Amino acid sequence: MTQHMTRPLLQAQRVYKNYGANEVLKGVDLDVMPGTVVCILGPSGSGKSTFLRCINHLERIRSGRISIDGDLIGYRQDGDKLHELDEKAISRQRAEVGMVFQDFNLFAHYTAAENVMAGPVLVRGEDRTSARARAIELLTRVGLADKVDAYPRQLSGGQQQRVAIARALAMRPKLMLFDEPTSALDPELVGEVLDVMRALAAEGQTMIVVTHEVGFAREVADVVVFMDQGVILEQGPPTAVLNNPSNPRTQSFLSKVLT
Amino acid sequence: MTTEVQDTPRTGELEIRAIPPKHPWRWAAAAVVVLLAAMLVYSMLTNPRYQWDVVFSWLLARTILRGLLLTLALTAVSMLTGILLGVVFAVMRGSPNRLLSGAAGVYIWFFRGTPLLVQLVFWFNLSALYPRIVVGVPFGGPELTALNANALISPMTAAFLGLALNEAAYMAEIVRAGIVSVPAGQLQAASALGFTRMTTMRRIVLPQAMRVIIPPTGNQTISMLKTSSLVSVLAIPELLYSAQIVYARTFQTIPLLIVVSIWYLALTSVLTVAQGKIERRFSAGEET
Ligand SMILES: Nc1ncnc2c1ncn2[C@@H]1O[C@H](COP(=O)(O)OP(=O)(O)OP(=O)(O)O)[C@@H](O)[C@H]1O
Ligand SMILES: [Mg+2]
Repeated sequence: MTQHMTRPLLQAQRVYKNYGANEVLKGVDLDVMPGTVVCILGPSGSGKSTFLRCINHLERIRSGRISIDGDLIGYRQDGDKLHELDEKAISRQRAEVGMVFQDFNLFAHYTAAENVMAGPVLVRGEDRTSARARAIELLTRVGLADKVDAYPRQLSGGQQQRVAIARALAMRPKLMLFDEPTSALDPELVGEVLDVMRALAAEGQTMIVVTHEVGFAREVADVVVFMDQGVILEQGPPTAVLNNPSNPRTQSFLSKVLT
Repeated sequence: MTTEVQDTPRTGELEIRAIPPKHPWRWAAAAVVVLLAAMLVYSMLTNPRYQWDVVFSWLLARTILRGLLLTLALTAVSMLTGILLGVVFAVMRGSPNRLLSGAAGVYIWFFRGTPLLVQLVFWFNLSALYPRIVVGVPFGGPELTALNANALISPMTAAFLGLALNEAAYMAEIVRAGIVSVPAGQLQAASALGFTRMTTMRRIVLPQAMRVIIPPTGNQTISMLKTSSLVSVLAIPELLYSAQIVYARTFQTIPLLIVVSIWYLALTSVLTVAQGKIERRFSAGEET
């Protein structure tokens, strides 16, 4: 167990990413230990979403390396060259990483249960009966036992986001990525989603959460990361980064969010 | 659409009666329409040149029914092929590969930009352009087998090719509109779950695109039923040409055209009802 804890689950090393002339990530380094929660804060356009999307290879990086559990993501190393993996191999890697989006992105033609079953049935080829049983179990866990057969349009934003979390969990991901999961929600619905995420963190799920909820970061995060203009300016325990930021840009950002 | 205001008077208060507005011009127009309709019906019943007896004697004639069957078969086969090819071209059109999407674009541009009648005659005369169709190594390599284009492109093949390839161009645009109607976020969510592009297309995109694709496809089918009459220029004995063969012999042109019209009307009416049913079934699934 202790030996397991020594290796980071996620290792991102000198990750560079650009869109044309726009350099979005300029050498991001981040280690995430298994069972920990990392919250990423930072101003709009700093590259937080882009970084998350690189972690499951929804975006190609220009240079650097990202590995999960020691497996290089998106590429196969051959000497000093990296070759992009084929679609099947990339899909298999993505299936190990859960992702929750700002806009929920539920499949509109599927019920809540069918959304949760989609991954296990269509990606892993599990049989529908056991997948449905597990979907109901997961939906119960996120407090939606009574919404199993509801379609997304019949659900509130908070309920949709909880279905989206259950859908990602159905793949038993090693790592969960959250991209501003509460930013599209009415204020009174934010709490129910954060509660689910809090419970997940308590169960030991490894999570990277991009959020503007400083309160959540303070309470749940093991590590808070402050990102600006494509680099990580500061990282450390929440008390250090949130209470005594050393970088002036972190200070000015926090003073804006906290007031 | 008249909106009639119905005030329910509350007891104890002043009663106000709402008088709906009068529309004298609307009534006048309606009267004119009734008059014209009556004149038309009267002339249809009394003008002997309609030859209703001839109409009814040919309506169920074997040659006409055979033509009708061929029309239905051509419509079904061309439409099905058009839909399948349309899906292929629509997916190509959306491909990140410029060559694939460009090729689909040129196809659509060409087949929508030239008249179907011209395309049909073109296919019919393909043997003038390529007298021999050769299977073998291209650009002057050895030939495996060569076919006489005249024998290969029968009028029936030309008709089928013309209708189906033209339809594919229109269906490609319809399917494309359906595909882009599915929010991009769902595609990302599918990728993030580990779906391959193929599974995403089959399980997430196309089922949702159907809602957008089905109504215009119904219209295309109804349109195809009527458009298939164009292949009469290739001497294919479908409904119209079957009637033409008869009246070329008997000179009963008008009655036979009436026979043809009755059948087209009957078929399009049936298809319209079916289309309504299918659309309602699909939207019912959407609303609940
Ligand atoms: N698909 C794309 N094509 C081109 N540029 C992009 C694309 N996605 C993001 N960018 C650019 O990359 C930069 C970083 O964007 P990103 O979405 O990662 O920021 P963010 O930190 O998540 O911001 P926010 O808090 O607003 O979500 C921005 O300048 C953005 O315009
Ligand atoms: Mg973002």
